[in-house]
Amino acid sequence: MSATPPTGSPAGSAWTGDLAPEEHALRVRELIVEMCGSAEGGHLGGSMSLVEILVTLYRSVLRIDPAAPDDPERDVLLLSKGHGAIGLYAALAERGFFPAEDLATYGRPESLFSAHPNPAVPGVEMPTGSLGHGLPLGVGFALAARLDASPRRTFVLLGDGELQEGSNWEAAMAAGSLGLGRLVAVVDRNSLQITGPTENAVALEPLADRWHSFGWNVHEVDGHDIALLRATLDGIPYDADRPTVLIARTVKGRGLPYIEGQARSHYARLGERPKKRALAILRAQSRKAAQA
Amino acid sequence: MTTVATEAHPAPAETAPAPAIPSSREVYRDLLVEFLAADERVVCLDSDTGLFNGVDFGGTSARYVNLGIAEQNLMGVAAGLAKAGRLPFVNTMATFATTRALESLKLDIALNNLPVRIAATHGGLAAGHLGSTHHSLEDLAITRLLPNLTVVVPTDAASTEALIRQAQELPGPVYIRLGRNATPDLPAGAPPLRLGEAQRLREGDDVTLVATGPYPVLAALEAAGTLAGAGIEAAVLNFHTVKPLDTRALVTAARTTKAVVTVEEHWAAGGLGSATAETIAELGVPTPVRRVALGDHFARGTGGQSHLVERNGITATAIVNQVTEALRA
Repeated sequence: MSATPPTGSPAGSAWTGDLAPEEHALRVRELIVEMCGSAEGGHLGGSMSLVEILVTLYRSVLRIDPAAPDDPERDVLLLSKGHGAIGLYAALAERGFFPAEDLATYGRPESLFSAHPNPAVPGVEMPTGSLGHGLPLGVGFALAARLDASPRRTFVLLGDGELQEGSNWEAAMAAGSLGLGRLVAVVDRNSLQITGPTENAVALEPLADRWHSFGWNVHEVDGHDIALLRATLDGIPYDADRPTVLIARTVKGRGLPYIEGQARSHYARLGERPKKRALAILRAQSRKAAQA
Repeated sequence: MTTVATEAHPAPAETAPAPAIPSSREVYRDLLVEFLAADERVVCLDSDTGLFNGVDFGGTSARYVNLGIAEQNLMGVAAGLAKAGRLPFVNTMATFATTRALESLKLDIALNNLPVRIAATHGGLAAGHLGSTHHSLEDLAITRLLPNLTVVVPTDAASTEALIRQAQELPGPVYIRLGRNATPDLPAGAPPLRLGEAQRLREGDDVTLVATGPYPVLAALEAAGTLAGAGIEAAVLNFHTVKPLDTRALVTAARTTKAVVTVEEHWAAGGLGSATAETIAELGVPTPVRRVALGDHFARGTGGQSHLVERNGITATAIVNQVTEALRA
């Protein structure tokens, strides 16, 4: 049922990063931690689980131009799990939509960077945060692209707990029925929601079967493997008449071993010392990975 | 309780509508077919309403999309389309648009100030004998709360066409409250209709009747006739636009006449009557405001729209009584 990820990418997207993918991911994580160190704190765990997905999309897959964020022919990315906003902001900064230094205002009064995506931020498409809105919007974007006979593609990043919202399944059914091949959903399957495992709240499994039965192509991938994410996203037959979903297996809080896989990582207000400790751990891990 | 046709509660008039008068939703449907042909950006999103059964969309059929019975998705898809440069019309019933899909209407459409037109049929008691599940007695209260949203309530076939054509020029979202079956036309000679501006259907120096929707406006006109017989001259204002509210007309009414009575096919809480009372209360004038609307109960009785309107007290008699009491107070 779930297709094997393609090993090559015949029409593979270019890597736009000036650094190695892992370095970009590290910098995004550092920015996330910095924002969680603000007075307001931030959604740490679910942003950290998204990092490789965001870096892969923004540095490789998406046909976008930071100098022309409103280009009508751009690919569109909607962060349906709007609480991952600090991850999105960090990835947009890392892609060059605005200077990373701007994120220092996060958590201060009148900052452009609110805790859920603010469309006034360059590169942010829609305000999301109440869960279950991204996929219906994505169906609209994808339908518009089809009516325009445009190759524009629409990517929607969904949380897994978010899939308990019924509107997702209204949209999934519509997308399958309409055959929107240029619509791609990525589920951040970190398996946790605020109270604990998703399967202990309202079970989502068999998740791949569910998407498949709604008429979607389904890929299950390691959501922290940038090469695999790239190959899979590049291998999607965007011209075909079925939408595609990537169920990306991730770890909530990824990058900070002492909170990884823990529901309590959902929101953090890091004091100066915990922030410095987190940043040191991220860098040490990165050095270790580089040496390996 | 069994409802029988009596003199006070006549049998539903809908059983024999005048065939020459189209319903507001039919007027809307025909206009939309015209818009689809005239403007490439227009998209018709249906929620399996059946309103378009048998319509030949010709070369525009790709822009008619039935999204099935799923109203949250309907609103979100419309917002996505609009954000991508399209002009979507969303078709559903008023109660589903404003209660079932409210958050999507609020966040996807109103928050983004997108040019989505919500064609909300079965407004008020128009669903008639379909019952309380299909009545929409709260939609004006809900929609007038939402920033960026324009709220219009056509009164008859001609005003439906005029309002929708004017709404089509607006850059933001519009909620259009439509009916189900045909309702009687307004008497000839009404002044031209301008969105956002109350339509003066009758002049009068003593009291002002502020009404919205087909039956309430007709009831207000009828009441004004009755009052004139008793020497009371009532101005009648058709508030076809509930948002933005023509506060100037209300201020004038409160300052120049002795009482204001509102009439609507809606719960008294939150609708045009509330909007009127809020506006006039802030003026600091002693002009009383009275509301003719449904009280704090679901529609009483069963039957067609005109029967339920009457049965639930939205009548010329009720208006006359309110005027009399207001003047006596």
